[in-house]
Amino acid sequence: MFAIGFYSLVVQTHLLRRIMALNVMGSGVFLAFLALALKAAAPMPDPVPHAMVLTGIVVAVCATGLALALADRVQALEAKEETPAPETPPPGATGSEPEDVG
Amino acid sequence: MTPAWFMGGLILGPLVAAALAFTFPKRGRGMACAAAGVVGIAVTALIRAVLGGGVSSHRVSGWGAPLGIDLRADGLAVLLLALTALIAVAVTGYAAPYLRATDSPEARHRERYFWPLLLFLWTALNALFLTRDLFNLYVALELLGFAAVALVALEGKGDALRAALRYLFVSLSASLFYLLGVALVYGQCATVDLALVAGRAQPGPALTVALALMTGGLIAKAALFPLHFWLPPAHANAPAPVSALLSALVVKGAFYLLLRLWFEALPVFHTPAAARLFGMLGAAAILWGSINALTQSRLKLLIAYSTVAQLGYLFLMFSLMTGRDGGFGAWCGALLLLGARACAKTAMFLAAGNILRAAGHDRINDLAGIAQVLPVSAFALGLAGVSLVGLPPSGGFAGKWLLLSAGLREGQWWGGAVILVGSLLAAAYIMRVMTRAFTPAAPGTAVRPVPPIMEWTALALALVAVGMGLAGSWLAELLRVGGPWP
Repeated sequence: MFAIGFYSLVVQTHLLRRIMALNVMGSGVFLAFLALALKAAAPMPDPVPHAMVLTGIVVAVCATGLALALADRVQALEAKEETPAPETPPPGATGSEPEDVG
Repeated sequence: MTPAWFMGGLILGPLVAAALAFTFPKRGRGMACAAAGVVGIAVTALIRAVLGGGVSSHRVSGWGAPLGIDLRADGLAVLLLALTALIAVAVTGYAAPYLRATDSPEARHRERYFWPLLLFLWTALNALFLTRDLFNLYVALELLGFAAVALVALEGKGDALRAALRYLFVSLSASLFYLLGVALVYGQCATVDLALVAGRAQPGPALTVALALMTGGLIAKAALFPLHFWLPPAHANAPAPVSALLSALVVKGAFYLLLRLWFEALPVFHTPAAARLFGMLGAAAILWGSINALTQSRLKLLIAYSTVAQLGYLFLMFSLMTGRDGGFGAWCGALLLLGARACAKTAMFLAAGNILRAAGHDRINDLAGIAQVLPVSAFALGLAGVSLVGLPPSGGFAGKWLLLSAGLREGQWWGGAVILVGSLLAAAYIMRVMTRAFTPAAPGTAVRPVPPIMEWTALALALVAVGMGLAGSWLAELLRVGGPWP
């Protein structure tokens, strides 16, 4: 799941899909934590990873909220301008930045 | 008052102030000043405690290391806490008049959210420097990332929002890589405490994968070449005080975590091969960043690419730390460089903000005459440049000198050569700006006035960057406390 999520994050261009890809990645990490909690040879699963996953879920929810809010603003701006024409000249030929994030 | 109180104050002070600043938007600046006071007292007391009595640690609410969270202040942590406090105070002084420049709804909106975000950022950094637990470090790192992304988006324009969103994607996926590594470490060692991991770690495939995942994530966050692509747009599109914070402090947070991982938690993996890989990435970053800085047409982008180059020097340290004898010199050199860089970079971004404000643009080719109207800012830019290039007696000189001599002792001539070439390139791009700035203006260019405090904060930080070279031996003494040396 982690790998699938990361692949989509890199490949997809639609903002909502990229945010969902991040969530898939996060779920993969959480499942890995849970699997490791069971691995310990004890009658009860180890509770510490569960606590970590809970914390991680809270962080992931906040992250998704922030990303959605930002993506919404970007799309609203793009719908208004149609073309993203910056008022300053483009930052020169750097060749290092992947174009087209939005 | 024990050191535990001071450590608590360092984290809770800015946190409470942030919550209050968010609730009472009109008091934002006052809250930042109050937090600065609390943190200032706490940092000073902690430095005294660490210099006098060695490492001080605290178990939060009495729980011990395997389950609870430990806070620990050693020389490295205290140095970075002090640096953060210095830069945050300077940015607070600068941002107040900067944000009040115009009285539009957007400006008021910006001011309302700037102060809480600044204070959250400060909280996250302090927590990051003090905490001793890999998972808690993840939480601090995420808090830092969110505050930084929101600060980049503060400008509210299309470019800034897009840069912020890209930054958020990079930051989040990097954190998830790190977290997956933490999960694997927990699976192997059944603990996430740095010291306990160091005791229980056995070299093996699982820990190798874990370390690779964590390092990959942190390299992206620290913007080390070739994962630096998000940095220049994010830093160049943010408001000046925000660019200064991001460039001086936020990327250093991830670098600090890398130091803790490689030198404290899992030193068994610090093999010559890994060291050489870091060294080569660092060297590539120095060259690539400097060359790009040389070709930029806008001042803020130039400074941002220069940050990419400067981060390369810090990673050169990893390759110079292999020998036991040269290790401490390289360690001190890189951290001295880090401190001088952070001050110089802040000074440059603040001065660039002044220029942007006065002239209405930051195109390097049209900067003629700026030294006549903004003599203090131009002087600050020049002095910060002196430290970046590494002329004596600046902190940049002392740091580079220590790195160079460590490189020569280890017989790594190529590292020394890269440092020298990087310095030459830095001199070239600084001179490019300075010659433009000192060209007499064409008559009739209109400029807007800049409040004096904005100019003087930039100059003060540039002076600190230059003066840091003189305090080198004191800093080395501080760094020795609790470092990985006997």
